[in-house]
Amino acid sequence: MKTVSSLLNPEWYERYKKISKLNIRSSIYDVTNRCNLRCKGCFFFSSNEHQAAPEENDIKRWEAFIDRETERGVNLAILIGGEPTLCLDRVEAFYKRLSTFCATNGLIKIPRDRFPDMMLGISLWGDEHDETVLRGKDTFRISSQNYEGDPHVYYLYTITPRQIGKTEGVIRKIKDVGLKVHMQLLSNDEGVSGFSWTPEQFDAIRAEMDAMLDAYPDTVISSKYYHEVITTGKMLGRSFGWNECPSVTQPLDHRSPPPKRLIEFIRWASDLHTMHRCCTSETRDCATCKDGAAHMSWVMVNKRAHVRTTRDLQNWIEVYEMFAKLYQFMPW
Amino acid sequence: MTRDNSIDKILLRVAEIMIQELKLEDVTPETFDPVIDLVDEVGIDSMDLATVALVIRDEYRIRIDEDDYPKLTSVQLISEYIERKLKEKAAEGAAV
Repeated sequence: MKTVSSLLNPEWYERYKKISKLNIRSSIYDVTNRCNLRCKGCFFFSSNEHQAAPEENDIKRWEAFIDRETERGVNLAILIGGEPTLCLDRVEAFYKRLSTFCATNGLIKIPRDRFPDMMLGISLWGDEHDETVLRGKDTFRISSQNYEGDPHVYYLYTITPRQIGKTEGVIRKIKDVGLKVHMQLLSNDEGVSGFSWTPEQFDAIRAEMDAMLDAYPDTVISSKYYHEVITTGKMLGRSFGWNECPSVTQPLDHRSPPPKRLIEFIRWASDLHTMHRCCTSETRDCATCKDGAAHMSWVMVNKRAHVRTTRDLQNWIEVYEMFAKLYQFMPW
Repeated sequence: MTRDNSIDKILLRVAEIMIQELKLEDVTPETFDPVIDLVDEVGIDSMDLATVALVIRDEYRIRIDEDDYPKLTSVQLISEYIERKLKEKAAEGAAV
């Protein structure tokens, strides 16, 4: 039987032991149905999730709900929206109770005196031109001014096919404002012309993502295995899709046989009662979903499958470390 | 027929359940090191443990509290846990 220590040298084994008992239990929360942008391709609006349930406005109910979530075993709250920073009282209710990550477009500067070490992931969809086409404005200009040099902020760079050959310019801009970046791929839920991927483009962007990690290791938070998995949709010969996805809301998950999945994971709508099917759009074709967190989690929940060769297990460790850094379970 | 619930038998059966349920390769119940750390060395996670716990619960008719999962990190510890639960159950039965 293959064992972990038989596959790893002492240095890698120490890295493994640091993460093997983290036991991260995350859930995702729609903080609000509102946003101060309307981006083409944003699944929240394209699949009408902003109309799935009316927002709960009573902060006391939010606080009681979050307390129940912590009792349920959640130790990482991932806040999405709409735009969570439109409702800072709700964000603060999470932040005071458990480890909290907040996804934002960065247009509103959160007051660091209220949220001194909350991790923010700022969405970025490309260079100035693509940002303007897809989001109506160059958000980087504003978000980078708001958060320059902040050690608890990174850019979540959603790469589109049109970014091939241009990612280095974006990453250098991020480096120059003293921030980190994590890369994922656009799923193009709204079928915007010119923003859907071809197999050749996946190959090209994978090579480019690898090159960026090599060139900017202190800025890019990523791993080459993650690049492989997200661009190919394959892991250990298996294909990503509904039968494999780990990020399905547990009470709605009736798949048989049950796949390896995130324990107790739920994505809650902002009425605090309605559950969404999964971490992203319910109308999305799972076979072509490129959600970065879902692909990372897919690797992470399949630990034992990676106890196969030294390289496989090192790949798993690197992806887990990447996730742990992005959600502040370990330092950069 | 009375089931043989000696610790040695339980050890072998737990190892067998592990191998079957988790589809472990290149190991038999007889060669499974009972003290090997299942999390650190074999790479099992809480979902694997829950799967194994369900089989053990049904087979031995004992309850395994989810809060106890973090303590059950080897075949040896799982087997001792089963043995202790069986004795408690037998003592409760005798007291009735």
